[in-house]
Amino acid sequence: MSAPDVTTTSAPSMEAAAHTGAVRPRRFGAWYVAEHQLRQMRAYGWTVVMSGIGSPLIYMLGIGLGLAAFLEVPVASGPDGPIDYLWFVAPALLVTAAVSVTTEEFTYTVLAGFKWRRLFWAMNASPVSPEQICSGLVIAVAGRMLFVSAAYYALMVAFGAVGNVALGALLVPVGVLAGFAFGLPLLAFSASITDDKGQFAMVQRFVFTPLFLFSGTFYPLDTLPVGLQWVGWVSPIWHGSEAGRILSYGPGPGSWPIAAHLAVLVVMSVVGWVVARRVFVGRLRG
Amino acid sequence: MISASGLTKTFGDFTAVAGIDFEVPPGEAFGLLGPNGAGKSTTMRMVGAVSQRTAGDLRVVGLDPDTHGPEIRSQLGVVPQEDNLDTELRVRDNLIVYGRYFGIPRAVCAQRADELLAFAQLEDKAKAKVDDLSGGMKRRLTIARALINNPRILMLDEPTTGLDPQARHVLWDRLFRLKERGTTLVLTTHYMDEAEQLCDRLIVVDHGRIMAEGSPSSLIREYSTREVVELRFGSDRNAEAAAQLEGQADRVEVLPDRVLLYTDDGERLLERVAHAGLHPTTSLVRRSSLEDVFLRLTGRSLIE
Repeated sequence: MSAPDVTTTSAPSMEAAAHTGAVRPRRFGAWYVAEHQLRQMRAYGWTVVMSGIGSPLIYMLGIGLGLAAFLEVPVASGPDGPIDYLWFVAPALLVTAAVSVTTEEFTYTVLAGFKWRRLFWAMNASPVSPEQICSGLVIAVAGRMLFVSAAYYALMVAFGAVGNVALGALLVPVGVLAGFAFGLPLLAFSASITDDKGQFAMVQRFVFTPLFLFSGTFYPLDTLPVGLQWVGWVSPIWHGSEAGRILSYGPGPGSWPIAAHLAVLVVMSVVGWVVARRVFVGRLRG
Repeated sequence: MISASGLTKTFGDFTAVAGIDFEVPPGEAFGLLGPNGAGKSTTMRMVGAVSQRTAGDLRVVGLDPDTHGPEIRSQLGVVPQEDNLDTELRVRDNLIVYGRYFGIPRAVCAQRADELLAFAQLEDKAKAKVDDLSGGMKRRLTIARALINNPRILMLDEPTTGLDPQARHVLWDRLFRLKERGTTLVLTTHYMDEAEQLCDRLIVVDHGRIMAEGSPSSLIREYSTREVVELRFGSDRNAEAAAQLEGQADRVEVLPDRVLLYTDDGERLLERVAHAGLHPTTSLVRRSSLEDVFLRLTGRSLIE
């Protein structure tokens, strides 16, 4: 087998070739990274699908047939009075599912890219930029969150866990947005880690789990003592769940406007996004 | 292809590259030889348009890496010091996925992947998992991956570090073929035999500075003698024996485990050593190498 062809050309045509060679990567670099990430996810595709469908199914069955049947006093109200417990809890479960995708994909995947398998360094040597590497990762994870949220929503509809099925479909993008609000700051943090000293297990135990439990997921936030309610106010899960509830069955008494919830999620996402991109640039272009 | 003048990189107070000048014309195999921490990898990163220079001027394929990073990187193939193949993907898919980063259509990537697997002698491993490859095969795959965009310059950072001798020779053979086809090679190494085998011209770097520049043979001619006699008297007697040998050779170097005598006629020198009543436990006459050049220039051994 002969060596691959190599062309020797003059300086101007060399520069011209370089300019041509960079056109597509400059434009589509992030999508190439996303394509690669999605291909990788196929390696654990079964886990993605099973956790995407299996976990909501278990929650719907457990809460819909178990807990909801057991609760005799209505827990929450919509605009027209008390609502089904399943209606109340389902949007929060969907949002939590989307957020939990990021606790995997924006943690170990990131450290693997920088340190264990060093894939980000390989991408970095190609025409794509560190910002595009960061964006590509985010696009791929958005894809997985979209799948998880859509699967969740389909099951919610099947279980009658949604008030307004048409408007409630917006829960899918809201889930993705809440995932970003939690996940992009987490991505920035993960990208800054050089040594795994169990930080991700700490995030799971001391950030994600408390947020999940104290974000008005299973009961309204105002049932908590005032001293603990702030956990909900800073929690993307609470803001996402509340926005989702408004979309599903309308605002209950004392609800914040949906725009306020969405604004908080957008601000958290944007801040995380900006910082994450900077950390990627700093690390790959040091 | 590459031109650097006064190229400097500092990290805070630390100067990794202290104002170096070099030119690499098309088709040349150019080497940076130096010990770990000499500034070779930092220089490679600047040429590879992934690290901004602190000062000086740098042009790669006629462009400035600060402003035309993606353009320059589209013309480079990079083989890093540590393998960074995607172990989740199979061998052939590694090449295809990487080609996409250059904006190459999937079908073209697939066709080139097959050609490159043949070139890297990995055809029968196309569907294998990366983790099942040997160290030498992984390196060859990394080189194949670096060629997916038909690069004008192939940059290799310590390409054979950690490989067994046989795997190194297979790799050298592949690189030699690329060189024959006119690919510009830029490589760093701290193995002098590798530099001698592959490089048309090289710079010897230490503490971020260029100590010498030239072809391997001209460097040896300039900075060393034709032959070297290596004598071992035992670690506690080497220094004492060296003192007695002073004046017998053009130059005497004492290393912890042996004494090196630089001369143009090793056998005659060995006879003189015997006449002087010195009886080394082992003796060896060999040709001068770049290792000797480095020792002469820096007073230190390349591999410490």
